[in-house]
Amino acid sequence: MTPLTPSPSPTKRGGQPAYNVNIERRNRTGNVWRWVFRASTIVGIIALTALILNIMNSAFGYAALEAKVDPATLTVDGLPLEQQSKEQLVELLRSKLSKGAFNKLDNETSFEERSRANVLQVVNERIVRYEVVQVWTLWTSLTKADEIRAIAATEFPTAELKFISWLTTDFVTRPQSSEAITTGVRTAILGSLWTILFTILFAFPIGVGAAIYLEEYATDNWLNRAIRTNINNLAGVPSIVYGILGLAIFVRTLEPLTSGELFGMVDSTTANGRTVLAAGLTLGLLVLPIIIINAQEAIRAVPQSLRKASYGLGATKWQTIWSHVLPNAMPGILTGTILAISRAIGETAPLVVVGASTAISFDPESPFSKFTTLPIQIYQWTARPQAEFRSVAAATILVLLVMLLSLNASAVILRNRFSRKY
Amino acid sequence: MTQPSTERSPFVLETKDLGIFYGDFRAVASVNIPIERHKITAIIGPSGCGKSTLLRAFNRMNELSTGTRIEGEVLFEGENLYHPMVDPVEVRYRIGMVFQKPNPFPKSIYENIAWGARIHGYKGKMEELVESCLRQAALWDEVKDKLTQSGLALSGGQQQRLCIARALAVQPEVILMDEPASALDPIATLKIEELMQELKKNYTIVIVTHNMQQAARASDRTAMMMINHERSGTVIEFNETQKIFTNPKDKRTEDYVTGRFG
Repeated sequence: MTPLTPSPSPTKRGGQPAYNVNIERRNRTGNVWRWVFRASTIVGIIALTALILNIMNSAFGYAALEAKVDPATLTVDGLPLEQQSKEQLVELLRSKLSKGAFNKLDNETSFEERSRANVLQVVNERIVRYEVVQVWTLWTSLTKADEIRAIAATEFPTAELKFISWLTTDFVTRPQSSEAITTGVRTAILGSLWTILFTILFAFPIGVGAAIYLEEYATDNWLNRAIRTNINNLAGVPSIVYGILGLAIFVRTLEPLTSGELFGMVDSTTANGRTVLAAGLTLGLLVLPIIIINAQEAIRAVPQSLRKASYGLGATKWQTIWSHVLPNAMPGILTGTILAISRAIGETAPLVVVGASTAISFDPESPFSKFTTLPIQIYQWTARPQAEFRSVAAATILVLLVMLLSLNASAVILRNRFSRKY
Repeated sequence: MTQPSTERSPFVLETKDLGIFYGDFRAVASVNIPIERHKITAIIGPSGCGKSTLLRAFNRMNELSTGTRIEGEVLFEGENLYHPMVDPVEVRYRIGMVFQKPNPFPKSIYENIAWGARIHGYKGKMEELVESCLRQAALWDEVKDKLTQSGLALSGGQQQRLCIARALAVQPEVILMDEPASALDPIATLKIEELMQELKKNYTIVIVTHNMQQAARASDRTAMMMINHERSGTVIEFNETQKIFTNPKDKRTEDYVTGRFG
């Protein structure tokens, strides 16, 4: 900018102290702050990127696999496994597996329906039985591939070196197993979804209802003020405390309800209160204060003029709330609920206390099933000494993140449909 | 409330020693004014003298803020609006209100009008009601092709007329207007004033205004309010508008309407 001509008498005007304008210094200060804020943003982005890279680093990379049964011994007519026909592979399974195990596989999906690739996979899992003897991170795999090959050749001469993506479609659709190479997270995904379903069913209506009462009906007396303050405090209670509460209430006291005994639906595998329902209700308790607070904020943000317009037409309180307050508060309420549900999906501690199972291979099928969830799996896999389970955990984290993002995205779409109205 | 008898008094509304309190503070004291049927009654006075508070007492809107109470009576067709057996919902159904700032619902123009009728169980054809209300509010020609658009997309003056049409849709007997034109430009203001002249054929109108010319132009009777020595607002003079503006009895009224003070 071209400077203006300096104004006369910059320091004194009519004997009075004049203004120390100094625009340049004010602009400098502004610039310094802008850089501070920019730096904060950059730090945040770096932290997020580091997190993602760290997970990626473990989720992909070279692994040395050793076969329990050398595939070379399984050739038929000189053909290696990879070149055998589906019928030959099925025959191989029939001869090598016990009759019971073979029939079980056939019952799950009949061999006629299975593809050749699937049968080959079953052969690899059940007969060849690869075991991971060593894993390398993505970074090492990309930068020091030659060294890895050398190490693998000297230390594990019988092992096969493969670049593995631990996150595969099979990983997502397979039930849990004790081998890192064959394990999956289907049980955990379904467990998480079931749990979160009951969390939403429990916490959303109660939370919104309580918020409506506190904002629209409750008078401003000491009791209601105390309730409001305490709801704020409850939102800050550590989640493990809710776990203990859930254990006492839902698992123990309400066992007839949460185990399904009342409905005559006791799952033969559980027969106690450590069920999907108990977990969902516990997480519901955990997020209830968050939903209430956010819904209260959203309801308070509805302009008073709207309520007056409605009352002025002779609407009752309920008509005003139903037709004007709730529709206008709904986007805000949903935003708060999204935040709350995101928190619930990632919770581990309360579920450990409530009694999530760590090793189950069957899907939850009712509210009264035993269950495990994604964060529980991550927790227990990272706690294992074998390095390959860290890779499994990293892949599970990716699954959890994707699930979280897609749930949030659907909630955002729902919210936008509400707010687009007018 | 029972239906009005055949021999109706000329006064739709009447206050008897009305006082209005916010907590312990008496905002309005001993007001005795009658509101005549099918006339426009203006309430004027300086800021903070309790004009809007008095207006809101006519349809019990004051009750929506906590800590307000009244003394005295407000008679509507001879019955006390503040009798314990009277439901404020019915009061507001029969005595409608238009607010200072246009506040259409964030819904379509059609819905803005239909909603009020619907909650009161309107049995007739809704399209016809919406059209007739918009015509009465002199808005039909401007919006007939965009009834499904948001009420908030209209201009300020149109929004205020939409609010008037909305109030008409529940067919009130009295319409209270709280500075309905203070947020509007002179042309929109003029439209509202013309509209009031049309509406008074069928409705009784009470209007609060800051604008002296507006009161002089548009109203039949005027109540002049002023703060008394206890800092409560009270009506110091109530008369035909013409007399208030040409031949006021009270010195303070004269000072105010001639612009010497206030």
